[in-house]
Amino acid sequence: MTALLTLHETTKSYGQVCANDRVSLTLNAGEVHALLGENGAGKSTLVKTICGLVQPDSGTMTWRGEPTALPGPAAARALGIGVVFQHFSLFEALTVTENIALGLDDGHANTDLTERIERLSSRYGLTLNAKAIVGDLSVGERQRVEIVRALMQDPALLVLDEPTSVLTPQEVEALAATLRQLADEGRGILYISHKLSEIRHLCDRVTVLRGGKVVAEADPKTTSPEALAELMVGQRLPQPKRASSLSPNAPVRLVIDHLSQAPNPFSPTGLHNVSLSVQAGEVLGIAGVAGNGQNALLAALSGEVLAGSAGTIILDQQPIGHIHPQGRRTRGLAYVPPERLGTGAVPELDLTDNALLSTYRRLAFAVRGLLQPGKVAHFASNVVERFDVRSAGISARASSLSGGNLQKFIVGREILQTPKLLVAAHPTWGVDAGAAAAIHQALLDLATEGACIIIVSEDLDELLMLTDRIAVLCDGRLSAPIPVTEADATTLGMLMAGEPVDAAA
Amino acid sequence: MLRLEARPTPSRTMTLAAPLLALALTILTGALLFAGLGHAPGPALYHFFIGPLSDRYGLAELGVKAAPLVLIALGLSLGFRAGIWNIGAEGQLIAGAICGGGFALAVYPAEGPWVLPLMLFAAAAGGMAWAALPALLRVWRNTNEILTSLMLVYVASLLLRLLMNGVLRDPDGFSFPESRLLPDGTLLPIILAETRLHLGAILALAAALAVWVLARHTLVGFQIKVAGLAPNAARYAGFNHNRLIWLTFMISGGLAGLAGVGEVAGPMGQLVPEVSPGYGFTAIIVAFLGRLHPAGIVLAGLVVALSYLGGENAQINAGLPLAVTGVFQGLLLFFLLACDVLIQYRPRLNGPRWRNKR
Repeated sequence: MTALLTLHETTKSYGQVCANDRVSLTLNAGEVHALLGENGAGKSTLVKTICGLVQPDSGTMTWRGEPTALPGPAAARALGIGVVFQHFSLFEALTVTENIALGLDDGHANTDLTERIERLSSRYGLTLNAKAIVGDLSVGERQRVEIVRALMQDPALLVLDEPTSVLTPQEVEALAATLRQLADEGRGILYISHKLSEIRHLCDRVTVLRGGKVVAEADPKTTSPEALAELMVGQRLPQPKRASSLSPNAPVRLVIDHLSQAPNPFSPTGLHNVSLSVQAGEVLGIAGVAGNGQNALLAALSGEVLAGSAGTIILDQQPIGHIHPQGRRTRGLAYVPPERLGTGAVPELDLTDNALLSTYRRLAFAVRGLLQPGKVAHFASNVVERFDVRSAGISARASSLSGGNLQKFIVGREILQTPKLLVAAHPTWGVDAGAAAAIHQALLDLATEGACIIIVSEDLDELLMLTDRIAVLCDGRLSAPIPVTEADATTLGMLMAGEPVDAAA
Repeated sequence: MLRLEARPTPSRTMTLAAPLLALALTILTGALLFAGLGHAPGPALYHFFIGPLSDRYGLAELGVKAAPLVLIALGLSLGFRAGIWNIGAEGQLIAGAICGGGFALAVYPAEGPWVLPLMLFAAAAGGMAWAALPALLRVWRNTNEILTSLMLVYVASLLLRLLMNGVLRDPDGFSFPESRLLPDGTLLPIILAETRLHLGAILALAAALAVWVLARHTLVGFQIKVAGLAPNAARYAGFNHNRLIWLTFMISGGLAGLAGVGEVAGPMGQLVPEVSPGYGFTAIIVAFLGRLHPAGIVLAGLVVALSYLGGENAQINAGLPLAVTGVFQGLLLFFLLACDVLIQYRPRLNGPRWRNKR
């Protein structure tokens, strides 16, 4: 097997932070090589080094055995390194052909190019209409455009940065087949991810990064997921456990009755006749590809957008559809929003002030309009202590906390209000595995105490692990919930793609 | 080459140092300007910055000018913190002057102890009413409050002119567009003998304390802070943004109205067409120069008040045009905004290239 790109002890620091510490890596032709690591482990820096966006402070690189340097993205492209970034860079108003032409050095969007694109996409099973406007394409299709654009350069090495975070399970399957085919042609593939199951399924070799250092290189097929997780996190993580299982006779706490919302800029799909009931002690998952009505549902549940009539949302037999967020909170709603910085917490304010944000009515932190700083500080310390929030204390600014610690703080703030209903959006998105495990356990403990919990997440593994039932949002419509024991990735994937599933009816 | 590099956290030192740096740059530019106009910079700067403060009367005048600036800037600072932009304090000041002064003229020649409190009340109500227009349009039709509040300044100014040439004109005044002189009993009491320093100065300090308590210790103050820093978090927390718009417009309008009657019942003693030398606009500079903080605003109010006195003094003693006042105020705001860059960024000479974010 021939080595394409070799990195030898490359180091890159940003100020005090060493993002890549003497990283060595060999990428071979014909091999799908996984790069595994948590957020902040240095994956992105390494990818940027490989595609010429970042120059390492020290270390050497070779390309097919020859010493080389990548002073810029053009140099990397010239060698034959193609990159598909996590965030797409496509013009929505242009066609697929026009978008691809923009990426070519001598590109003109003519019929010749259209034919080349369609030949290439059918060859690799990347179904694509080259004349379609990108704005009309689904997320999965847009990613295919990005991949075809990279393939137009006939790269010897293809780098994919977290390619599956926005795909349905079926789309992931199709992508896997394409990558396999590309590798069989003798191309090298670098596949960046933190999803263990995919890596085991798809990759020939895995390099694990932790804290900027390579901590292991392994064969994913023969290494257990637990062992990989341990390498990635650096410690053994407890599996979240439920103290008692859900009783079938538990009373219904939350009813959503034919909730609809017109499409708006905030949520282009709107909501169509969403109905749901959740029992005390139940954890209900809402799966779906981003942008299918999640924002509308969250806004309707939290009260940021009021429902047309009061009875559309009922909590403990009380209609709350017409009540504003603070009124719902006093009646027992807690809400972990999808964005941490800027929504769930104010970056410039300290933890004490941020503890006040959602609690002042339910916990009576304002008496006749005057704040009670002592009580708030006490509550904030309690959150920090109980949820192991690592910070410089309650006077630390929210922006100074890591993503995981801030999320623990927000989840803790909501849970310590002893809610009857907790709505959590992407509770562990971008959170390191240790914090994620703690958050998962806290959610399950809250359910055991009798609250009902709705988790909106794009991470199926998370939902399958935590919930009792899972419903799927697609195009603003909510499927009937499936008991988690009967749910599998295939069924959920079909629902996520909007295809009818007999069993789920 | 000089480059700007993002700081990891905003600099606290620079938050306080930027206004001082801006002041220094203003003085430096002023010196160059004077030299260019053919005046020796040293004496000109002396007449502008030191001369006015050389006696008791000058110091009192500083308070006379600073009081309306501070009153208005305090109100504006609350809105600015919340990201609500009332630019029309000048109009609200005029509305306050019309209502407060108009009340005194309406009950003329009454001058009992009940008149002045009612004048203040009428002025605050007038300022609020004028501020209610942009607030209502913003809440009801989502208009841009910057434009509506600004345009209403000119409406108020023309309204005052109309009244000065009409019903409020002094009947014994030989058709001069000015009102009667207000009776002594309706004027704001003088607090420093043989000067013009009046109760308005104490009112301004009391307002500073009240605004500090509001911003620091009340739920509303917290809501204002959050609404300005992170509007999404304010929506998440369930703050009623329309209520904040009303509240900040009412407070800033009311304080501007009080500043207006403070001129009529203070140094003017009557209603005149030019009731304010642009205090409502200059207060915007004061609010930002004072970092939107009550204590800062009191200091900034004194500094900017000096630019009014300095302009007059430099005109009398050094023969400089009065426009120097406006030039200095403009320079000060310009340099302040420029220096504020240093809070978020640090200048670097020939360092490494722009750093990529990890």
